[in-house]
Amino acid sequence: MSGYFPSATAEGREIDFLILALTLVSCAVLALVFALIFLYMVRYRAESDAYRGAPGRKTWRFEISWTAATLTVFFVLFIWGGDLYVRLFQPPADALQIYVVGKQWMWKVEHQGGQREINALHIPINRSIQLVMTSEDVIHDFSVPAFRIKHDVLPGRYESLWFQVETPGTFELFCTQLCGVGHYSMTGVVVALTQPEFETWLSGAAPSGERDDMAAAGKALFTAHGCSGCHGENGVGGSPATTGVSAPALAGLFGRLVKLQTGATVTADEKFLRDCILTPDKTRIAGYPQIMPSFSGQISEEDVLRLIAHIKSLRSGSRT
Amino acid sequence: MSNAAAHDFQFASAEHQRETAISGIWLFLASEALFFGPIFLSWIYARHADPSAFDAGARQTDLMIGLTNTALLIASSFAYSVGLAYIGFGRRRGMVVWLAIAWALGAAFVGLKFGVEWQMDLRKGLFPGPNFGIHGPERSGAQLFFAFYFFGTALHGLHLVVGLGLLAWVIFRAERYTAERHSPVHVVGLYWSFVDIIWLILFPLIYLMGRAS
Amino acid sequence: MTHAPAQVSYLDDGHTLRSWLLTTDHKRIAILYIVAITFFFFAGGFAAFLIRYNLSSPNGLIGSAETYNRLFSMHGILMVWFFLVPAVPVTLGNFLVPLMLGARDLAFPRLNLLSWYLFLAAGLVALYAIVIGGVDTGWTFYTPLTSFYSKGHVVAAVAAIFIAGFSSIATGLNFIVTIHKLRAPGMTWYKMPVFLWSLYATSVILVLATPVLAMTLLLLVFERIFGIGVFDPAIGGDPLLFQHLFWFYSHPAVYVMILPGFGVISEIIPAFSRKELFGYKFVVWASIAIAVIGFLVWGHHMFVAGTSLYSALVFSLLSYMVAVPSAIKVFNWIGTMHKGYIRFDAPMLYAIGFIGLFTTGGLTGLFLAALAADVHLTQTYFVVAHFHYVMVGGMVSAYFAGLHFWWPKITGRLYPEMWGRAGAIIIFVGFNLTFFPQFLLGYLGMPRRYFAYPPHFEALNLLSSSGALILAVGYILPLGYLAWSLFYGERAPANPWGATGLEWTTPSPPPTENFPVTPIVTQAPYQYRQAVAVER
Repeated sequence: MSGYFPSATAEGREIDFLILALTLVSCAVLALVFALIFLYMVRYRAESDAYRGAPGRKTWRFEISWTAATLTVFFVLFIWGGDLYVRLFQPPADALQIYVVGKQWMWKVEHQGGQREINALHIPINRSIQLVMTSEDVIHDFSVPAFRIKHDVLPGRYESLWFQVETPGTFELFCTQLCGVGHYSMTGVVVALTQPEFETWLSGAAPSGERDDMAAAGKALFTAHGCSGCHGENGVGGSPATTGVSAPALAGLFGRLVKLQTGATVTADEKFLRDCILTPDKTRIAGYPQIMPSFSGQISEEDVLRLIAHIKSLRSGSRT
Repeated sequence: MSNAAAHDFQFASAEHQRETAISGIWLFLASEALFFGPIFLSWIYARHADPSAFDAGARQTDLMIGLTNTALLIASSFAYSVGLAYIGFGRRRGMVVWLAIAWALGAAFVGLKFGVEWQMDLRKGLFPGPNFGIHGPERSGAQLFFAFYFFGTALHGLHLVVGLGLLAWVIFRAERYTAERHSPVHVVGLYWSFVDIIWLILFPLIYLMGRAS
Repeated sequence: MTHAPAQVSYLDDGHTLRSWLLTTDHKRIAILYIVAITFFFFAGGFAAFLIRYNLSSPNGLIGSAETYNRLFSMHGILMVWFFLVPAVPVTLGNFLVPLMLGARDLAFPRLNLLSWYLFLAAGLVALYAIVIGGVDTGWTFYTPLTSFYSKGHVVAAVAAIFIAGFSSIATGLNFIVTIHKLRAPGMTWYKMPVFLWSLYATSVILVLATPVLAMTLLLLVFERIFGIGVFDPAIGGDPLLFQHLFWFYSHPAVYVMILPGFGVISEIIPAFSRKELFGYKFVVWASIAIAVIGFLVWGHHMFVAGTSLYSALVFSLLSYMVAVPSAIKVFNWIGTMHKGYIRFDAPMLYAIGFIGLFTTGGLTGLFLAALAADVHLTQTYFVVAHFHYVMVGGMVSAYFAGLHFWWPKITGRLYPEMWGRAGAIIIFVGFNLTFFPQFLLGYLGMPRRYFAYPPHFEALNLLSSSGALILAVGYILPLGYLAWSLFYGERAPANPWGATGLEWTTPSPPPTENFPVTPIVTQAPYQYRQAVAVER
């Protein structure tokens, strides 16, 4: 029986500290409750002749006091938990992104260099890692108890979590959202390596032959699915003169603000790009005709991620 | 009528029993409001995710039938209120006549909605599924619109048919009601008006929103 | 309807099967419900037993993951909808609401009978669903697993819950109207016992929240049958919409499950401390506050589901708010014991156990309300332990407390007190042994709903399963001695505990019409210092 379960991340230690504080508060309250009940059971049992005094006293002071004390403690806990939570789900800008696709009943991981893993995730220590995750079928949940982190993984959208591991090691990965018969077996490992070991692993697992890193694979898909036909080579954009249709430029698009036909302004993040590819009807860009076909059902989730990796790699102003 | 003050044993008086019955139906209607509420909410939420496809679906609905049905139900509620007023004066025959009119108008709605309109919709291939009639980028959202349409009108229709049964029951028991004692008429009337109100929310959701786009 | 004269108890007012199956007497209907509820408690309990049996080995002992998934799903469905939600309201509530109010029956006795038949029908559909194989989605039915991927019998299981929902709504409606309209002369709202206030708050939730579940289940079944629905991301729908709709009902539902228990404890502690309830008005308004705020916290089940950070913050704050009135109640119960004359009969032992177990469960709710802590603890055995502490350690103990307290009134018999006390202690010990290790398991990362698990979790699981054996003994024991008391128990006087409350002014058991003369109420509740002497 393991009574000690250290966290491998700094945020995880903060969560442990919060849990410890909660435990201490709970123990204090329980001790008070049990002590009083036990005391009264003994002192005020029916047969005892302890002094009871006259009944009926004003209860206001007690009620206000213990309500106020409770509210104060609760408010502190709320702020503490809320602040940490917001930090837990706002990844640093320089985080290394790794892509995860969950499906019944396995985790498929792909690194930007094209390295693929099943039910395993190799990462370097002392580096912020952001997982961009989606599901091919039902809702799953990517959970690493040693990092004190988890998040649901949904079909049709991207969710993310991030962590930074401090010490090398192998850590359990669980699926923690009931997803069918194989739910209990949808487990794996997160392997944290030192930077040199990680580099070695990357090159060892690097795709060979026809398989490329994600952006290169995405570039091939960009051509194969005819995207360049409207959006131009390297996503420079299309116009009636060049490609025959007006199509937005994709180079430099990632991360920028985009104005939609509905008047709303959104950030062109992974989710937005995925929606553009699979449900373009929902993301009509202001100033462009809605003629982009939907690729829903024609491109797998992993290929969508590769296309997005390619679009991210396109810098505006490139002339090649 | 043997004892004008007859009432069930747990009540203090007939008036007490009447008040209690009215409280009961209001509470029941509150639960019905929370029943239909989520579907209206879900409808609006789904519409917000794909307004143009929902508009495409809405354009396939028949506004004339919708308007006629709305008029039928409003007239039916009105007729019921007239009937209720009649029994309030003790005029049993007037009550029966106007409640029968209300029943007929409600039945006409059912006939028009399920006998005519649904048949037309099904012939046009508007039931969601592989044979759905609208194609193109709006197909998914329009299917969702019609999923709500068939689901919502079926549920409303079910409540309406139950209401028709209740109206018939009240009409057949007309002999028992007097100016002082007619709470079943009042209770059923509240239910009938409520079903009408549900339609008044369904009507714009189905026929009006997005039609002009 | 002619009832027997006041000297004849409701149990003797007709001995035919027909007089029971077509009764509109709220007391007989309560008995009918007790039989049904007890059956479902043991059915769900048997599933629990198999679950703990399976988990005593890391590799799973019962054969297949599919069977295990169906077991915990049926356990949840039966326990939530066929035991916890109805339990106290339909048994103790049905029996006592008119008696405590000084009324002769509920406002709508025939609706009450319909409630029971609806419950029976729902139960039969549930049993049918189990017999044909059950469902494997968990009692929470998340989409798209439930609508598009499950191989279980979703429609049958959902139909059972749907029908049971109408039974709940009817009971809640009946109680609200009865409490408004049938109070005896002189019984103002602030003269009502807290048990009635608790049932009133419970009933408001039943009437307003259950219909939302009904609609959600209909939408789910539509999506399952027709393959198209508002929760389907492929056509622009949203699986999270299901979660919002589901938890909008299911969170208030947990207050439906616990509020009546609070009411029972609020009757028992004053009676066995022979002292008025401390802070009556605070306890009353705490119940109302729980019912109202309880509608505003559903999002705390979705902190890692994909909702926005802002919504998570709002729901976390509100979840802390809803815990405050429960804390107030606990302090008030302890305040009642202070300077009382405490007796340790079985109802009091159960009530004291309730305070300990519920407070523990409630405190662990604070862990889950803290957003960052919830990220680690959610979906693990920590949550399982939390809700079992409040639902089983809390609510089931409260149910047993009430059953023992009012047993003499309901049956006219006294149960054997030594066995009653033994049962309470065995349950307290067995319960802690079963569920406390699960807090540790959760913190260490063991996910819930796992058929098999990594070996390093084995020791705590074995401890938990052993505790479950003791707990099972504790639950079966009352079945034995309470049944025994029906035939051989000493006949009960009208007021064996010397308790206040109109129900204790009637014979044990009461006549069909409860009160030959409508009582007139002049006193506030819990006037123990001036109360009658104990009759035993």
